[in-house]
Amino acid sequence: MSEDFLQISGLCKNFGSLAVLKNVTFSVRRGEVVAVIGPSGSGKSTLLRCLIRLETMQRGSVALAGRALVRQDADGRSHYPPESETRPLLRKMGMVFQSFNLFPHRNVLENIIAAPLTVARQPREEAIAAADRLLAKVGLTDKRLNYPFELSGGQKQRVAIARALAMNPEIMLFDEPTSALDPELTGEVLRTMRDLAEEKMTMLVVTHEMSFARGVAGKIIFMDGGEVIEEGAPAAVLDNPRHPRAKAFFAQTP
Amino acid sequence: MEYAQIVIPDLISGAKITYTIFFFTLIFSVPLGLILAIFGLSRFRLLKAAIVAYIWLFRGTPLLLQIFFVWFWLLPYMGVSANRLVAVILTFSLNYAAYFAEIFRGGIQSIDRGQYEGCHVLGFTYPQTMRLVILPQVVKRVLPPVGNEVITLVKDTALAFAIGVRDLIRVAQTTASRDFRVDVYLYAVVFYLASTLILTWLLKKAEQRFAYYE
Ligand SMILES: Nc1ncnc2c1ncn2[C@@H]1O[C@H](COP(=O)(O)OP(=O)(O)OP(=O)(O)O)[C@@H](O)[C@H]1O
Ligand SMILES: [Mg+2]
Repeated sequence: MSEDFLQISGLCKNFGSLAVLKNVTFSVRRGEVVAVIGPSGSGKSTLLRCLIRLETMQRGSVALAGRALVRQDADGRSHYPPESETRPLLRKMGMVFQSFNLFPHRNVLENIIAAPLTVARQPREEAIAAADRLLAKVGLTDKRLNYPFELSGGQKQRVAIARALAMNPEIMLFDEPTSALDPELTGEVLRTMRDLAEEKMTMLVVTHEMSFARGVAGKIIFMDGGEVIEEGAPAAVLDNPRHPRAKAFFAQTP
Repeated sequence: MEYAQIVIPDLISGAKITYTIFFFTLIFSVPLGLILAIFGLSRFRLLKAAIVAYIWLFRGTPLLLQIFFVWFWLLPYMGVSANRLVAVILTFSLNYAAYFAEIFRGGIQSIDRGQYEGCHVLGFTYPQTMRLVILPQVVKRVLPPVGNEVITLVKDTALAFAIGVRDLIRVAQTTASRDFRVDVYLYAVVFYLASTLILTWLLKKAEQRFAYYE
């Protein structure tokens, strides 16, 4: 139960001459929820994007389930193994974005079954049955045939979560899933995420929701300027930050 | 009215040629334009440069000159014995593909990057992403400008006349000079107007079909 499922070691990422991630090292255990907190521009999104390969990293390694997603050589430089090796590993990851990124031309059900049909090549009936179970789970059975533009932000995000879950990921990455929502709509999304955590889904969550981090996360990573400057149990990091920049951040954030 | 009965069969045979040019040009230029747009946005530098040059060439010179060039020089030079109609359709297809390529490129680029990212994290390959997610949305966005080109094409077909293709205009012109009366041009006008009216209606229907979201 306590194996390191995701291991990030010495991750460095630059955009040109701008160093955005500097030697980021931490791991996530199977079934654990890790919250990533930090000021704007500290590199939280970039970190998730490097993990799921929306960005390439320059240094460091990433391993998932004990297998290399990104290797590093003796000098620490990153190398990407052939796609045939990493494709099945990437399939173990799901991601939810701040901006949902639902397919506007497809209804809710079609959004959810698109990847199971095309990527996982599931039979249609099976994909639909699974989608209906997921819709029930996120409480949107009645929106099954609606289009994204007909949904509220909170409903869209729950569809996005269901869509990611339809690929049966073993770890879910969330990049500020509630930041684009009106305050009264964040609750329904956080509740869905809490349910997932209770089912022991492994989750890496970038969030500004301190109460969610405190209540659900087993570990908090605090980032600033591309570095992890605090790491530990929520109570320790949130109530007794050691680093002055972390102290300043939590002083401003309720 | 009797005069109409005499000239209309001729005009119809001319209109058939006009529609043939129109129809085949669309059949060839739309897919070619799409291919140019997709590869023009790819990472292959040389290919991209070639496509930029292609588009510049075909949009930067008069279509009439292109027809002359293909008919009087390119086809003879290549030793191809094509007929005039084929030469016209070939030139029109190449020319319209350049315009469609620009329209499709704009359409593809207008799709939010988040759509690609959403697909990537679900495991879609690039071709799957394009086919299932990007292009269906592009169709909706490019329909109005594509409609514009389609309407323009109806009238551009008249340029075929320049190398002696017996299209609607050519028939009208020869009839007019044979009979010393110009009202046959009025019939031609009616053909063009009727064609564009029908096309406008079809395009509107197509836009309505894609209005089901957003
Ligand atoms: N594609 C890019 N090109 C250049 N710089 C980038 C790019 N993406 C991000 N950056 C820069 O990298 C830094 C980290 O950005 P990132 O989006 O990861 O921050 P973040 O912690 O997610 O911030 P926020 O809380 O505002 O979402 C910022 O300085 C940003 O300007
Ligand atoms: Mg961010």
